[in-house]
Amino acid sequence: MAIKVIKDKCKGCSICVKNCPFSAITLENKVAVIGSACTGCGVCVEKCPFKAIEKVEEEKKGAVDVHQYHGVWVFAEQREGKLMGVVTELLGEGKKLAAEIGCELCAVLCGHNVENLTDELIAYGAEKVYLADAPELANYTTDGYSKVIMEAITQYKPEIVLLGATHIGRDLGPCLAVQCNTGLTADCTRLEINPENKGIMQTRPAFGGNLMATIVCPNHRPQMSTVRPGVMTKAERDDSRKGEVVRLTPSFAEGDIRQKVLEIVKNATEQVSLTDADVIVAGGLGLGNAEGFDLLKKLADRLGGTVAASRAAVDAGWIDHAYQIGQTGTTVKPRLYFACGISGAIQHVAGMQNSDYIIAINKNENAPIFEVADYGIVGDLYKVIPAILDALGE
Amino acid sequence: MKILVCAKQVPDTNEVKIDPVKGTLIRDGVPSILNPDDANALEAALQIKDKNPDTKVSVISMGPPQACEMLRECMAMGADDAYLLSSRVFGGADTCATSTTIAAGIAKVADYDIIFAGRQAIDGDTAQVGPQVAQRLGLPVVTYVQAVREIREHSIVVERQMEDGYEVIECATPCVLTCVKELNTPRYMTVSGIVDAYKKDITIWNEKDVELEPADCGLRASPTQVFRSFTPPQKGKGEMLTGSVSEMAASLVAKLEEKHAL
Repeated sequence: MAIKVIKDKCKGCSICVKNCPFSAITLENKVAVIGSACTGCGVCVEKCPFKAIEKVEEEKKGAVDVHQYHGVWVFAEQREGKLMGVVTELLGEGKKLAAEIGCELCAVLCGHNVENLTDELIAYGAEKVYLADAPELANYTTDGYSKVIMEAITQYKPEIVLLGATHIGRDLGPCLAVQCNTGLTADCTRLEINPENKGIMQTRPAFGGNLMATIVCPNHRPQMSTVRPGVMTKAERDDSRKGEVVRLTPSFAEGDIRQKVLEIVKNATEQVSLTDADVIVAGGLGLGNAEGFDLLKKLADRLGGTVAASRAAVDAGWIDHAYQIGQTGTTVKPRLYFACGISGAIQHVAGMQNSDYIIAINKNENAPIFEVADYGIVGDLYKVIPAILDALGE
Repeated sequence: MKILVCAKQVPDTNEVKIDPVKGTLIRDGVPSILNPDDANALEAALQIKDKNPDTKVSVISMGPPQACEMLRECMAMGADDAYLLSSRVFGGADTCATSTTIAAGIAKVADYDIIFAGRQAIDGDTAQVGPQVAQRLGLPVVTYVQAVREIREHSIVVERQMEDGYEVIECATPCVLTCVKELNTPRYMTVSGIVDAYKKDITIWNEKDVELEPADCGLRASPTQVFRSFTPPQKGKGEMLTGSVSEMAASLVAKLEEKHAL
């Protein structure tokens, strides 16, 4: 949809100019003019006191007959024969969407010697599993996986394809979307079905988490989304479920796969699984130094949790980026979230605000983190955390 | 060797604040900057040029005319020349349509061995345009590049960042590589670089120059559209605990126990 200014109604008040998140509006001869930086976000439409800005439909190129496409697909990402945690979250969400549309929930699984995972996918709710098993698919490669899945999409025509917003999903998704000439919405935090047209409404943070945008893909199929790990509710496992396995027949010619994985290196440090953590004790710039994380670890260990960090602490070099919570890090929703010495920039809050209980400890009583905290303590974290450890006892 | 760098001018989203009363974005005084990951992409290209001085580094961007400021900055850091794809019909593009336009621009530049791009731009955080440009050009892509290990005759060996480590990948060239901030530390502009930047050319192309129909560009060629935008609802402010440090700690533990949260 395009944004248009109704010139007769525009009073040149410049409210839209000030409110446009993308600096796309200018005033020319006291009339607002929408520039090329416009993303069609519609903020100006709502802000205009004179109803002088409207959204108008434009004819779209490359539209398809959407009625030919059926079913919700989940990309069953596996690494070294283990399904990624986000896959059960996608199946949980996919089940809801499929029920609202009245269609099938399917998983698409690629790998080598991974047939044993089909039972697990069915137990988590997949009614059908498309399985591509080939030695070339043992490790993820952009070319190998996108070729196989693209062929399956062309043949079976799903209406929705969901991928985890992992480093692999965020590589595969864009490539598939271009091959299918369709839209892809990145890092969704909420998915809903529009009851009127059964299309998907995808909500995601934009503009560094300052703005939420709901995106639709009305005329192209499949509708594709990547979903942030840790946001959706996991599917319940039920081993009595039955499902069908459909074998795909991947074949590769010389030169089809142009990336070769030479080596896979795991971090020597212990595995960080922030999305599965029940308790997170996170530290920010207020720690003052890398050693501060030792104290946080004591509290985390006492509560059976893990430590994490704000971007500022990661950028300071105190801790690996794998521990980063927030817009450009991991999104989490643990039972308990301790924000220690974290000011609470919106990018950080975007990654943790759905935690059950947020406890903020900060010297600065005006720190924005207190705005989202369930319990706030103004004080020196080096005194407060030992006191909490004391209060918890052995 | 010829290297292309894809760059974007973005508002510095770290500087954006929300008006707590109206719930709207305060954009006054928010500067436009070279997207941070793109600075890493440019630095990667310039480091190759440092070692092989006959390397040519060109920067390409899509955006309004004021994006020239950002391109001058890139040239002041050391890029040789710059291209800006700019036209009203490019406006409102989603990642799908953006990649069509940038790919058309790159196809017109034609001569390149490696294309570096930032992993994602901070105003959208989608990480889609880089791999999508590669698809449109028929080139292989590696995303999340955290190290460039070796440039071979027909391939390049890079490290691809994963959540729990990295993969070493050999990719055929020419190719598209998208860069993360761990790849390097971008250099600063130099005074002589700034002076030189104003002597270098920025080539500006519109849809006709890159042989695209208006229907293939911008909003009209975008499968996705924004249905609505809103400021995220803030979780309500909770309780500030009071008293001495030990009293606050005891009160916190008691309250969490009461809620069965411990």
